[in-house]
Amino acid sequence: MAVVVKIPTQLRAAAEGQAETEVEGATVQEVLDGLFARFEELRTRIADEDGSLRRFVNIYVAGEDIRFLDGLATPVGDGAEVTILPAVAGG
Amino acid sequence: MAVSHLECKECKAEYPLEALYVCDRCFGPLQVAYQHEHPEDIGELRRRIQGGPQNIWRYADFLPLAGGPPGPSGRLASRVGLPAGCTPLIRADRLAAHLGLREVWVKNDAANPTHSFKDRVVSVAVARARELGFETIACASTGNLANSVAAHGAALGLESYVFIPADLEEQKVLATGVYGTRLVGVNGNYDDVNRLCTELCAEREWAFVNINLRPYYAEGSKTLAFEIAEQLGWELPDRCVVPIASGSLFTKIAQGFAEWRELGLLDSASGSAPQLPRMSGAQAQGCSPVASAFAAGDDVCRPVKPDTIAKSLAIGNPADGPYALELARRSGGSVDAVSDEEIRAGISLLARTTGIFTETAGGVTTAVLAKLAERGEIDPDERVVLVITGEGLKTLDAVRGTFESIEIEPTVASFDAAAAIAA
Repeated sequence: MAVVVKIPTQLRAAAEGQAETEVEGATVQEVLDGLFARFEELRTRIADEDGSLRRFVNIYVAGEDIRFLDGLATPVGDGAEVTILPAVAGG
Repeated sequence: MAVSHLECKECKAEYPLEALYVCDRCFGPLQVAYQHEHPEDIGELRRRIQGGPQNIWRYADFLPLAGGPPGPSGRLASRVGLPAGCTPLIRADRLAAHLGLREVWVKNDAANPTHSFKDRVVSVAVARARELGFETIACASTGNLANSVAAHGAALGLESYVFIPADLEEQKVLATGVYGTRLVGVNGNYDDVNRLCTELCAEREWAFVNINLRPYYAEGSKTLAFEIAEQLGWELPDRCVVPIASGSLFTKIAQGFAEWRELGLLDSASGSAPQLPRMSGAQAQGCSPVASAFAAGDDVCRPVKPDTIAKSLAIGNPADGPYALELARRSGGSVDAVSDEEIRAGISLLARTTGIFTETAGGVTTAVLAKLAERGEIDPDERVVLVITGEGLKTLDAVRGTFESIEIEPTVASFDAAAAIAA
């Protein structure tokens, strides 16, 4: 299933300058794996060595924080939008 | 000036003093770094601060502007913008007696131009935004920041965009729109507004004061600490009770105290090295990700969907949550949460014992102070500062129905009859 991943400005240099890209995947984890396969450097930027997300990275599926859903196991439908954003904003 | 560069709080990578807020390498938050020369003559430095403007720019040496204060200004006269800060620190003996404490002070930051502490952070962020050449300012707000950004935009002739949850208190909406800003109500909670603005920030050449200008913005909160210390005669309190929304104010007040202690600017009553205060954080039970993590012994916060009358604190996904937790533990402090009923009681307690009418966030803070006192967690000899961040007139619904009044005909007989019943 094709999913649109929106890439934040801070990561675009590691993603050939793209603001968004399309990858295959049925869950957020699969989508991230697809993204990392295409842009290897992104893995070290947003994930720890054990594969979990760094604590200042937020991921949203259709605008909802995945921590309110099933985390990395959150299912993503065809054409869904996955957004990666820095957590350090606001207040 | 002592301001040096931006650095990542996590990996310490260095960045130039531009409109940046996230570390490219590890996604950690950026903060302003300084290189202060140790002052040779503390007395001279204190006199220079005391002789400065009656607003936050008296602390310009410790703020992140390349060009120093933005222009001449005093408490009531300003050639540039809205002068924030130098708000009253009031000894609250009646409140202290009610709580069984010896020394309680109220830092009343409702006495700022738009009636909340946000004028401090916005003053700094907007001054830096102008140095960097921005012509439009913006923010994601729970209300008080909206008032402040709109007003500062008007004062300085900058275009402004203010994004708020559409269901905000009417008083806060009206007190924003009046300044002629572009006011955008978003159908969602604050965290939705914040996500939207983080996305917009990448697409627009705007200074979002609490996103791409956030490292500078956050520094403004240190001025609360500087003022408290200066007003206490260059001494520190033993404890500060501070509301927590994102956790930025909470951590920056502590940082302000630490910076001044490091420079040797502070005395202690005993003559020994001054102790940094215990930092006690205050949240509403309807939005208490930091208090929950503190109670559970966690070092990260699990986000929540806010449901509380304290809308100015309704951030379910606090950006500085991990740092607030770490500070509360390191300082020997705490993070507590109170119910909506306790918040209303807190507003009433502060009003009836000090004459200060605060908004719901101040009700949270006062209620947490009362809770700590009741639990016996505060040594009766402690000098406590209660940080009141906003004005009661902005959240009037919170006090509706909390007191009685009598209505009479304009005759003495009518008054006597009603007074007899009331008595």
